[in-house]
Amino acid sequence: MTTINPQGEVWVFAEQHGASLCELDYELCGKARKLADALGVKVGAVLIGDESVACLADALVAYGADRVYLVANPKLKNYTTMPYAHAIRALIEKYEPQIVLYGASATGRDVAPRVAAALETGLTADCISLEIGDYQDPKTGKEYKNILQLRRPSFGGHMLATIVAPDHAPQMATVREGVFPAPEWDDDRKGETIKEEIAFDDSLFAVEVLDRIERESGVNLKNAKIIVGGGAGVGSRENFKLIYDLAAALGGTVGATRAATQSGYIEEERMIGQTGTIVRPDLYVAVGISGAVEHRVGIQDAGKIVAINSDPKAPIFSIAHYGIVGDLNDVVPKLIKALQERA
Amino acid sequence: MSFYRSIVLVKQTPNTSTVTENALNADGTINRAALPTVLNPEDLNALEAALEVKDRFGGSVTVISMGPPQAAEILREALYRGADRAILICDRAVAGSDVLATSYILSQAIKKAGEFDFIFCGRQAIDGDTGQTGPECAQRLGVPQVSYMVQIVDVDGKKATLRRATGSGWETVTASLPLLASVLSETNEPRPFAAIKVMRHKHKRVPSEVADRAALAPEDRLEEWTCADIDADPARCGLNGSPTKVVDAIPIVLKKSEYKEFEPTLEGMKALVAELVEERAL
Repeated sequence: MTTINPQGEVWVFAEQHGASLCELDYELCGKARKLADALGVKVGAVLIGDESVACLADALVAYGADRVYLVANPKLKNYTTMPYAHAIRALIEKYEPQIVLYGASATGRDVAPRVAAALETGLTADCISLEIGDYQDPKTGKEYKNILQLRRPSFGGHMLATIVAPDHAPQMATVREGVFPAPEWDDDRKGETIKEEIAFDDSLFAVEVLDRIERESGVNLKNAKIIVGGGAGVGSRENFKLIYDLAAALGGTVGATRAATQSGYIEEERMIGQTGTIVRPDLYVAVGISGAVEHRVGIQDAGKIVAINSDPKAPIFSIAHYGIVGDLNDVVPKLIKALQERA
Repeated sequence: MSFYRSIVLVKQTPNTSTVTENALNADGTINRAALPTVLNPEDLNALEAALEVKDRFGGSVTVISMGPPQAAEILREALYRGADRAILICDRAVAGSDVLATSYILSQAIKKAGEFDFIFCGRQAIDGDTGQTGPECAQRLGVPQVSYMVQIVDVDGKKATLRRATGSGWETVTASLPLLASVLSETNEPRPFAAIKVMRHKHKRVPSEVADRAALAPEDRLEEWTCADIDADPARCGLNGSPTKVVDAIPIVLKKSEYKEFEPTLEGMKALVAELVEERAL
């Protein structure tokens, strides 16, 4: 048990790949900025890699960091768990931040638990809401001021749990991508870069990366204004052409449910929902989607939702603004025709 | 042939993939009694990975779980599929453990189970979805981790070559043994029960499952360990040892919006398009 340092900074672990930051880093900086402002403290970003990553510090400042803690070492070019976790832990022990946020990405979810166990502190996974607030322990009656209150989906997406860790420092969480908006780039923001020298024992390099293959991806669901989503009801990989045709007529992007990706109808990177991408388009057209909670959570912030399904009792209709009960193979071509005739 | 000792961490979970809204009580709590339980799906892939190491390179497979007496069911399932040894950590003191406490208890049990070359676990459990327990165990045991493993490329001497998913692609890594790997569902196809193994193991019980412990024949006895057996400090187990506290858990109720229905005809679709244009959604 350790006491949370009320003057401690709010930190983000800035994930970089090939000396580029990702959208999630900016989202984290933006959220950390809000939390830090509520607490009256500074935002720190931990940046780890080889020398080529030093140039990323300015971007982290422009998105909200006050201090960038830079650990640059040629041995750290490729991300591997142990040396990165070692560096983060060493910096936390040195500077005692009160909050540390990581992206709920493959890298963030890999490194954060390692740091948590080393520091014997809590870690809350996949958070979709982070607020500063007060908490009273119902058992001891003890009151805590200004602690981090985290919300995360649990139980397969059927429950939303609020979690606190008031007796352990720092308070740590991984944060879902796409939940918080990335702030505007602010050229006028000023910050400092602090170069850290950390010793790395050879035993930390027990895992060596031999090769790396990046998947080609042109899919950007997160920023799409119009999305057409296909579900298990589409029925086959071939029939997804209908979904692509509708998306083309609308000038939108194609997404899918977990059921559709798991059936192999379409690639996994197009998955929308709690385990896929959380989207907020102006218009979402759900085709052949029954509307499992896992999917509905991912689309509930869409401006307008149109649902096309042959089952009038499908749960998707409970959150849709517009519904069409009918066979998608019949309805979708008609909708495409109506769109073309409008032009 | 070499001999690689694998440990597989498995969890019995409610089957959240088939949950309907009825699985929640009126007060919003989970109606656990109404939910079927399963061996967490990705833990089956972890078990299969351990069995693959045993088949390809030689070795043994020990399955460890933490849970109530009825969780022994998933240990029997693991034995039916080919595990050699199964251990249940069963103690009231572990109830309510979060990731930090769970990883402490599991790592204490792993130390007691003996030396190992591999620990395999599923990427995450379908009830908690955190994916943190494996990496925290690895940290506590001081071994490297390879998370999101999708393929065992080779095992040679004290090194393994594994492929893992990175989120934006894949990488091939070599790691020194012992190590912990968390396994994705795409890694393999879990083997079914073997009839002969079902016959051999179906009568096995942990002592807490039976009314009369003394009547449990030694050959039918599955290993059951308490916190004392694994030298686990009760202050670090269960709610006492869990930094994270659940303030509340509410069922997700999605907002009900204003709803308009259109006929599935060309006229209906034209009306829909006109409406979307008017609402500036197009």
